[in-house]
Amino acid sequence: MPDVTIRTSYDAVAMPDVDMSIDLAGFTATDPVLTASGCAAAGQELAAFNDLTVIGGVVTKSIQLAPRSGRPTPRMAETPSGMLNSIGLQGPGVDAFLQKDLAWLAGEGARAVVSIAGSSVDDYAKLAGRLRGHPVDMIEANISCPNVEDRGQVFACDPGAAAAVVAAVRRTAPTHVPVFAKLSPDVTDIVAIAKACVDAGADGLSLINTTLGIVIDTQTMRPALAGVTGGLSGPAIRPLALRCVWQVHAALPDVPLMGIGGIRTGVDALEFVLAGASAVQVGTVIFHDPSAPTRISRELRAALAARGIARLRDVVGLAHRPPVLTVPESPDPPGDEPVAASSAPNAVTFEEATHDH
Amino acid sequence: MTPVQVRGEVLAVKPIGSYLSMTVVASGIAEQTRPGQFVAVAVGGDDGSMLLRRAFSIHKVATRGVFGGTVEFVFAVHGKGTAWLARQRPHDPIDVVGPLGKPFALPKDPAHCVLVGGGYGSAPLFMLADALRLRGCRVDFVLGAASADRLFGALDAKRMAASVAFTTDDGSYGVPGRVSDVLPEVIERTRADVVYACGPMPMLQAVYSVAAQSYGGAGIPAQVAVEESMACGVGVCMTCVLPVIDDDGRTRMSRSCVDGPVFAGDRIRWDALGTVPADALGAAAMAAVAGAEHQGAVVAGAER
Repeated sequence: MPDVTIRTSYDAVAMPDVDMSIDLAGFTATDPVLTASGCAAAGQELAAFNDLTVIGGVVTKSIQLAPRSGRPTPRMAETPSGMLNSIGLQGPGVDAFLQKDLAWLAGEGARAVVSIAGSSVDDYAKLAGRLRGHPVDMIEANISCPNVEDRGQVFACDPGAAAAVVAAVRRTAPTHVPVFAKLSPDVTDIVAIAKACVDAGADGLSLINTTLGIVIDTQTMRPALAGVTGGLSGPAIRPLALRCVWQVHAALPDVPLMGIGGIRTGVDALEFVLAGASAVQVGTVIFHDPSAPTRISRELRAALAARGIARLRDVVGLAHRPPVLTVPESPDPPGDEPVAASSAPNAVTFEEATHDH
Repeated sequence: MTPVQVRGEVLAVKPIGSYLSMTVVASGIAEQTRPGQFVAVAVGGDDGSMLLRRAFSIHKVATRGVFGGTVEFVFAVHGKGTAWLARQRPHDPIDVVGPLGKPFALPKDPAHCVLVGGGYGSAPLFMLADALRLRGCRVDFVLGAASADRLFGALDAKRMAASVAFTTDDGSYGVPGRVSDVLPEVIERTRADVVYACGPMPMLQAVYSVAAQSYGGAGIPAQVAVEESMACGVGVCMTCVLPVIDDDGRTRMSRSCVDGPVFAGDRIRWDALGTVPADALGAAAMAAVAGAEHQGAVVAGAER
């Protein structure tokens, strides 16, 4: 457990000089750590713990056309290194959001990534259109929602439905605002969904949303959540999220990715960058540590500096490079002493070569 | 009032009856705290598997002294998180966020106040009693619990209050029964103007009903501090909601961490706790989606 004084003295040390700036299809920031949707509300409550103008951006809780009450309680259950949630996208609706929440974010000088969610393709199109003329730095389409026009089938689980949403959003969204699609890991082939979204006009992808889970209360012998199923998040899903980022970056190396899923420290964030994410979003860790976006950015910077990396962008996807031979071809002789020209070579004896394979 | 996150240090963990009290050196929190507010405590250490903060009402604060600001809260060991807390020892680091939530509203003019606590839910009421007495209010207590050993703060209450009534479910101390059984008599006897309460939801509902029906139905206001399970405590997770009537008359699913934990009793939709009432803002939009889900086999996936 880190000591209090270590962290305090660390704060006082000048930040190492690392270029942490990001540019994801025109979304630029000097910091690569954003808050994940649904874990920061619309940013106001976190302003007490983070400088919102410094962090990469605030991804708002998914906004819908009409106000939504969300589901009954219990909405949450703690799980090992994670949690299950079934909030049901409680929100004020787009009108109140634009007037109050988005205006506040802009007034603060925070970069606003507006997450939108709908029950039909038309909902998404209308929402993206409503953002015209407002201070939006990016749109993130939360497509892990049931489509009322297709028996409640989740958009993110079908390439055609996912593409239809992305195309509709791209068509109506403000022209210069990048559109990202946030994908669900609960699919057979995430690369197929990713390609469908990119082909439909997505400027980038956010990977991943929560994965579906259930907790059973053994006292009541019923599901712990009123909504029965909930989205699993937190470090428990980090390897799953990393795998998705890895697969999509391998298939679509030029598509900018936001890495999301169980990031708790700067080193966790570095894993996502090495797997192919150009920026990261941190979510559930905020519940544990409301100043996590600031802390994780600081830790990521230190982790890069410790590895002699001057620019974050230089290591995006670096883990995909072929393994490096660990034996140098021309090893330097031990020591720096020049070998005397006149000295006779030493007699060298060799072991018998073995063929034990 | 701006909440702060403090990397504090445990000063003391001590048993109080059936409960434990933890005192934390956390300067910046103590100075700002008002009665009814709470702290959200990270449990399990920096690399632990428990991510959600545990919320506790602030029992006492000290803003001066050799340790600087200290905050004391009371807990019972219910699960892994509180078991971890119970194992902490002086000088162990502990991460505390506070003060959080809306405090009890105090009467502008001196008034007669009845403070009702269930179990260790009474923990925040003693700071409140201090504040009320400073304003010249009369303070009377009603403390209840399942059994005598689970009453919390009996001595403090006796020291501070004009009178104290005790109830226990098993009759092991005071009047057998619930706090709401003796509350009508206490309100009449003390000519109470307002009731403050903290404890389990069913108790709060019963206390509110008694207050609302007092004085032959004229009623007096009740301020209740609710206990909803929280994940973050700071207003971002949306898990601690309950149906509350807003200033505009609409019912909204309000967060108990930032809109509460103290609510006026007449604003809580007691009949609809644990549900989303059909007339709540945004309930209609939920019904539309639920209908679609029932048509097909696929249930909404990863939405938050």
